[in-house]
Amino acid sequence: MKRDWLPLLLIPALMIGALPLIGSPASWVTLTVAGLAMGLMIFIMASGLTLTFGLMDVLNFGHGAFIAVGAFVAASVMLALSPWMTADSIWLNLAAIGPAVLAAMVVSGVLGLGFERIIVRPVYGQHLKQILVTTGGLIVAEQLLKVIWGPDQITLSRPTALRGAFLFGDVAIEKYRVLAVAVGLVVFAALALTLNRTRLGLLIRAGVENGEMVEALGYRIRRLFVGVFVVGSALAGLGGAMWGLYQETVTAAIGAQVAVLVFIVIIIGGLGSVGGCFVGALLVGLTANYIGFLAPKVALGSNILLMALVLLWRPQGLYPVAKR
Amino acid sequence: MLRSILSDDLPRSRWLALALLAILVGLAVAPFLFPGAKSLNVAAKICVFIVLAASFDLLLGYTGIVSFAHTMFFGIGAYGVAIALTRMGAGWDAVAVGTVSGLVLAIVLATVIGLFSLRVRTIFFAMITLAVASAFAILASQLSDLTGGEDGLNYRLPAVLRSSFSFGDTLFGVRLNGRLLDYYLVYTASLVLILVLLRIVNSPFGSVLMAIRENPFRAEAIGYRTVVYRTIASCIAAATAALAGALLALWSSQTNPDTTLSFDIMVDILLMVVIGGMGTMYGAVIGAVLLVFAQNYLQDLLAVANKALAGVPLLANLFHPDRWLLWLGVAFILCVYFFPAGIVGRLRQKR
Repeated sequence: MKRDWLPLLLIPALMIGALPLIGSPASWVTLTVAGLAMGLMIFIMASGLTLTFGLMDVLNFGHGAFIAVGAFVAASVMLALSPWMTADSIWLNLAAIGPAVLAAMVVSGVLGLGFERIIVRPVYGQHLKQILVTTGGLIVAEQLLKVIWGPDQITLSRPTALRGAFLFGDVAIEKYRVLAVAVGLVVFAALALTLNRTRLGLLIRAGVENGEMVEALGYRIRRLFVGVFVVGSALAGLGGAMWGLYQETVTAAIGAQVAVLVFIVIIIGGLGSVGGCFVGALLVGLTANYIGFLAPKVALGSNILLMALVLLWRPQGLYPVAKR
Repeated sequence: MLRSILSDDLPRSRWLALALLAILVGLAVAPFLFPGAKSLNVAAKICVFIVLAASFDLLLGYTGIVSFAHTMFFGIGAYGVAIALTRMGAGWDAVAVGTVSGLVLAIVLATVIGLFSLRVRTIFFAMITLAVASAFAILASQLSDLTGGEDGLNYRLPAVLRSSFSFGDTLFGVRLNGRLLDYYLVYTASLVLILVLLRIVNSPFGSVLMAIRENPFRAEAIGYRTVVYRTIASCIAAATAALAGALLALWSSQTNPDTTLSFDIMVDILLMVVIGGMGTMYGAVIGAVLLVFAQNYLQDLLAVANKALAGVPLLANLFHPDRWLLWLGVAFILCVYFFPAGIVGRLRQKR
């Protein structure tokens, strides 16, 4: 299959195009790193959603619930371990973040399992009902979060080692953003390797292309789907935990807020395509930061504008999945 | 006569007919039956939300497309009137200018969104409307010079609609003032709009919409351009929502993002239409009445349960008055699974 490089070129093109507009190289580097960090966090949250859509034609409007749950669970664990968070040793800091992130992923994953069973399974193949029921799931989940954690927002401060910025001359790069970029790249690499180099990945890709054929060859695509759904939910939890630390506050509405960005990203990328999702997420993150610097007033519309432009160019998204 | 007013779409269930009659008459005499500012406010809100939910049902129930941008159009209508009244002073010319410009903007936006995304798939449209609506809500709170930002706008209504205006003494102990006139303006306009919507869904155009809902490929094959019909439907829905917004602005003399643009309102409309019954205008009417009542009175009920459970840690929170949406959300999910035709469908079945 011939690779389609054009959308990938958009990212460096956007970066280079922004440089003369921003002027100072130092702020350009800062903004670019910020954009990449934001984009990769969104990618982590969006990847599971786009895969479940590609594989099973299920679009989960309740995906935001997993993001919010991840953020809340991670916040609770970190608050419980707050002595380690405020300690002056990077290892103790990481010893607090590690369990928090793990707990967030486990809880979101388990929740995803339940969500799939109770909410999604009865409405396979009926799009209208899917949208309605998963939206209902989001409403209930958001309210339950308020029941358990209370209606007020939780303030979360980053651990000592991740505060502040690295300074290279007059270029400042926030430490936390470097971590976010690293985690995002690891997740992307892991996903790409699994999808392209393993048997499981082969089955998933085959399922996206033609589910019935995979089923006919004797593989239980349902089971595969549940697995992908759970992994996607866990990734959403991870992303939520990271986003919570990034914003340093956690509210029950976080899920619905970020879900809008996630939707924009998977529309831009082409529903069902992980590669497209990656490119879309980076584009959204970079544009949001560049425009936020250049013209703060328009920043909020920039995502929509980006989406409209991409859809004018490729109405099905950057990497349309053949079947649809 | 009744048949032609209702466009030949009779309730077809005794209980439904009774409920609708009760709503119609109840709202008509509400100012006299339940005097007081709060209950009049609830009644006016019911009128506005009936129109809003019914226009959403035209999309969701009749055409089978999910839009999360319906509050955006509602907000456009409300802000149109609000901005015109703030800028041009409290006259009827301002009301007219505001309503018309709101209508035009709503229709143009609906057309653009429709042509962009209705070609593809239901899910696509749902996601794009969600994105556009959230951007619009943030935009409205950012452009504070025009919209008053988060605080919204407070403005004066035309003199005839103010409580200081009086056109006679009292009738059955109720002061005949501008608020009463305003209420009946809202009531009449809502009634007319509902009848117009009934007319639309029972016209040949409405039948095409239902055909598209049932099987878009077949409808296309018979020769109906589904994109065109879907876009027209979403324009009509947007225009009606904008009118409902204009009515709200004319009633409440203040317009802010929370009451017109927020996602909470969108959720409310969704609940109204699904619980009441998709695909019938009457369902939207019943759902709107139920939900506005629940919003205003379910909290009191929950407060009682909350007090009774005060000692139990988590359960008490479950029944906290602010968690009413939790229970309606559960009802919503159950409705989609077990009563896809909602309350109205249920009532009609039993006949």
